[in-house]
Amino acid sequence: MSQICRLPLHDTHVRLGARIGAFGSWEVPLYYTSIVQEHEAVRQRAGLFDISHMGEFRVTGNDALGFLQELLPRDVGKMETGQALYMPLLNEDGGIIDDVILYRFEPAHFLLIVNAGNVDKDWSWVESRAAAHKGAAPDFKIQNASADFGLLALQGPGSAAIIEKTLGSTWTDVAYYHFRPFGDGMIARTGYTGEDGFEIMVKKAGLLEMWDRLMAAGRADGLVPAGFGARDTLRLEAGMLLYGHDMEDTTNPLEAGISWAVDLKKASFIGRDALAKQAGKPQAKKLAAFEMIERAIPRQGYELRKGSQTLGHVTSGTFSPTLAKNIGMGYVPPSEAVAGNEIQVVVRQKSIQAKIVKLPFYKRKK
Amino acid sequence: MNFPKELRYTKSHEWARREGEKVVCGITEYAQKEISDVVFVEVPKRGQAAEQAKAVAVVESVKAAFDIYAPMSGKVSQVNADLESRPELVNQDCYGQGWFFEIEASDPSEWDKLMTAEEYEKNIQNESVK
Repeated sequence: MSQICRLPLHDTHVRLGARIGAFGSWEVPLYYTSIVQEHEAVRQRAGLFDISHMGEFRVTGNDALGFLQELLPRDVGKMETGQALYMPLLNEDGGIIDDVILYRFEPAHFLLIVNAGNVDKDWSWVESRAAAHKGAAPDFKIQNASADFGLLALQGPGSAAIIEKTLGSTWTDVAYYHFRPFGDGMIARTGYTGEDGFEIMVKKAGLLEMWDRLMAAGRADGLVPAGFGARDTLRLEAGMLLYGHDMEDTTNPLEAGISWAVDLKKASFIGRDALAKQAGKPQAKKLAAFEMIERAIPRQGYELRKGSQTLGHVTSGTFSPTLAKNIGMGYVPPSEAVAGNEIQVVVRQKSIQAKIVKLPFYKRKK
Repeated sequence: MNFPKELRYTKSHEWARREGEKVVCGITEYAQKEISDVVFVEVPKRGQAAEQAKAVAVVESVKAAFDIYAPMSGKVSQVNADLESRPELVNQDCYGQGWFFEIEASDPSEWDKLMTAEEYEKNIQNESVK
């Protein structure tokens, strides 16, 4: 894990003038021109992100469905072919190992896309659970395909027109959180920005060609390469959580506010019993969103207070380019996580006034 | 990059311009480019004491906060209040409208400890090689 990884298109990003920085153990483009410019391009036109650091696991065979029903907290059996579903991957205690998207290619062929920083941890977990499951069906197989595939995210209101120009009109009727196979990979109507967009999974060998085709098709419409800096500000405005910051192994989905992605009515899945026990009780903490009333930018790790009482700490915080406000999230006692409640963020030893708001900070107009 | 000859510079990338007993200060073109989008500036209070090479202001990009150090010791005599509503001035005009504060210098000999434009340019070349 200490080894530094590079994206397959690293040289392309450098050639485009990217400022390279660290994201976990990955070297990634932070921005090409400026975070604010790329952020605005995605909100107003379109941006192209290289998110090939993400991990991909395939689960196939007659036992795939049964295995995933036990592994995952949503009713995977209800998924149609071509549907994608967001959810947390839970441990026995109901803690969040990762947040993932599951794609159903065929009735017995699934793909799991996981966070880059968690690929090793997730794979060990999935492997250990599969080992316990394997005996049943000889064709059951799990495969870590993370090294074989690249992933591009085309995001912004101009995305559909650019996909159409690049690949034809058949792709624009893929519905939100649906996908279609594309070569060995797929194209999904998903994203991490709060805008319309597509995520395009292709074999590494075809990644550069896809990047170039999309850029060429979109340039006239204002498509720009966008880096991890803008990805973070965009997802935070849209109220999306970042693993390792806004949730971790010791956080449960009730605390993180993603219980909508957990189906406690499902008879059995890993972590279900622990969560069912906690569901009726008051939680120790709850993820709350806040915006600054006084001038200051909240940053990860800053203390959240109410008077002399420590409430918790900031897990994500930034200047919001779209709202021109300073915003953040952090865990506080549930009684404090009420919209309108005024709290303080400790910035450079000073208590700065903020107020709790509802998520998301930003919602696009449809 | 532009490093005006009449200014003096610090290792921490501030510039200083002498105007009689007073010294106007800001951050260099190199610094504003490294920081990228400046979205927040906290200037010192007027009348506040400043000590050479000690933090007196803060500049923040989307990603991070950076301390700004006083090029010379003395008393803060003026601050650029425009930066509160228009922090982007630091990117747009770092030696002009993007100035941070003015110091009434208490020890004029400190000026000679600052780097000339040539020295500063050499210093950042060495820094970027590291």
